[in-house]
Amino acid sequence: MRNTKVTLAGVELKNPVMTASGTFGSGAEYSEFYDLSVLGAVVTKGVASVPWPGNPTPRIAETKSGMLNAIGLQNPGIDVFLERDLPFLKQYDTKIIVNVCGRTVEDYCAVAERLSAEPVDLLEINVSCPNVKEGGIAFGQDPRALENITREVKKYAAQPIIMKLSPNVTDITEMARAAEAGGADVLSLINTLTGMKIDIHRRTFAIANRTGGMSGPAVKPVAVRMVYQTAQAVKLPIIGMGGICDGEDAVEFILAGATAVAVGTANFADPYAAKKVAEGIEAYMEQYQVEDIRELTGQVR
Amino acid sequence: MKYEEFAEVVQQERIASDIYSLWIRTERIAEEAKAGQFLSLYTGEESRMLPRPISICQIDRTGGRIRMVYRVAGKGTEEFSRLRAGERIRVLGPLGNGFPLDRGVKKAFLMGGGIGIPPMVQLARELEGEVQIIAGYRDERFLTEELAAGGALYIATEDGSAGTRGNVLDVVREQELTADIIYACGPRPMLRAVKAYAEVQGIECWLSMEERMACGIGACLACVCPSAQVDPHTHVHNKRVCKDGPVFLSTEVEL
Repeated sequence: MRNTKVTLAGVELKNPVMTASGTFGSGAEYSEFYDLSVLGAVVTKGVASVPWPGNPTPRIAETKSGMLNAIGLQNPGIDVFLERDLPFLKQYDTKIIVNVCGRTVEDYCAVAERLSAEPVDLLEINVSCPNVKEGGIAFGQDPRALENITREVKKYAAQPIIMKLSPNVTDITEMARAAEAGGADVLSLINTLTGMKIDIHRRTFAIANRTGGMSGPAVKPVAVRMVYQTAQAVKLPIIGMGGICDGEDAVEFILAGATAVAVGTANFADPYAAKKVAEGIEAYMEQYQVEDIRELTGQVR
Repeated sequence: MKYEEFAEVVQQERIASDIYSLWIRTERIAEEAKAGQFLSLYTGEESRMLPRPISICQIDRTGGRIRMVYRVAGKGTEEFSRLRAGERIRVLGPLGNGFPLDRGVKKAFLMGGGIGIPPMVQLARELEGEVQIIAGYRDERFLTEELAAGGALYIATEDGSAGTRGNVLDVVREQELTADIIYACGPRPMLRAVKAYAEVQGIECWLSMEERMACGIGACLACVCPSAQVDPHTHVHNKRVCKDGPVFLSTEVEL
């Protein structure tokens, strides 16, 4: 039996595959297609202290081998999440990672505190979503702000925290070190790259927000590079993501230094994508007679 | 249940300049599909990641087939238009809620504008009561035989080349038609006008909405429509077109 188990800040996942926040809701819609228990973890859509209405439409646009989104972190708020979505996820034998968003440090801390006594395994702190003008961007793009918010959230969080890094920075390792200095337990990267698409027929922006977060296979080489650089810069475990569509993509991130991986945009191209990534990793291990997935982490230096 | 599968193309036909009719064999989807629902169609080109939501035009439950009539609007739909009988296409469905068929036997308007016309074919076949179909075209007409088979067909064309010159509501005024319930699908300005007409007249009105989608199953919150009240799922003033819709009661949504 080959070992696919990985550990993130003391939390053991049956395999390294999770969903990328915002692409999977809280799992209910995808549970109609497969048993979520095949995943290492489900990462929820961002949850704030109160409901957020999100941006005007159109909120998305397809681009070559990817897409732009500016959903604006629409979410029903922590009360509904705890009442409806968390009990739903508890039915499955998978780890639960709640993505937390906010407009102020206090917002993040309030959500972290509300989750402290709940059956949640890890928190992922979204400090980098480039969509919300009032929100994340400042924290995720300024190392001092990032270190500060990490330290503050850590005071209220009972679970280990994952800081999700923005790629829209000059030096990703500076941000990784800031999060580490603030007390982060895990890092996840990359969030989306800020992009723009213009509809040449209507001569306007393709999405209402003008800019959107770019994701999908087109960003994968950027993401692999940043995961590699981050793995060299800090000791924290890394969740790698950015355009993962199959097991081979996932293995690339793991070899670059990721302990776990997340599948995002690919869920839209195929509702079974995350399950297939987990199967694909096992097929790779079989092909190369890898006994333990942990042998692969960061093997390419 | 929603099914993802590779469906066999049974027939592909160009029925107007940029409008195509595609019959696919998909027994499980055909068995469950309802008028007003849609399918996600995936392109065979990996660089086009997102599915294209295409409304159901006709359901052949005994033959296990679904017909979709769509407009070529870009490279994805252009790729669909090249599919030939015997080839396969990856589809997901049936998706969305569909039109309600439980509103009693009534005198109905089925209003379709442009590429919003196709769903009216199946709806007309299933509705009981007096079915008055009003199809609004820019100029070129399509699906007129299929529509006429389901009820009394009235036509509007923007250029006046057939029927009433103008839009679907111009037909209502010109022909002095009345109804107790409206089902409509079409471009946003048309739906806005139909909603206003229905609310002034005090007529129950169901609108099928369109919005750019990513997942197609209610997870990503890309395709929302502003709602009059706080939605019970999202807990904000919007509804998911792909999951809670695409068909909404006119008073539920704000256009």
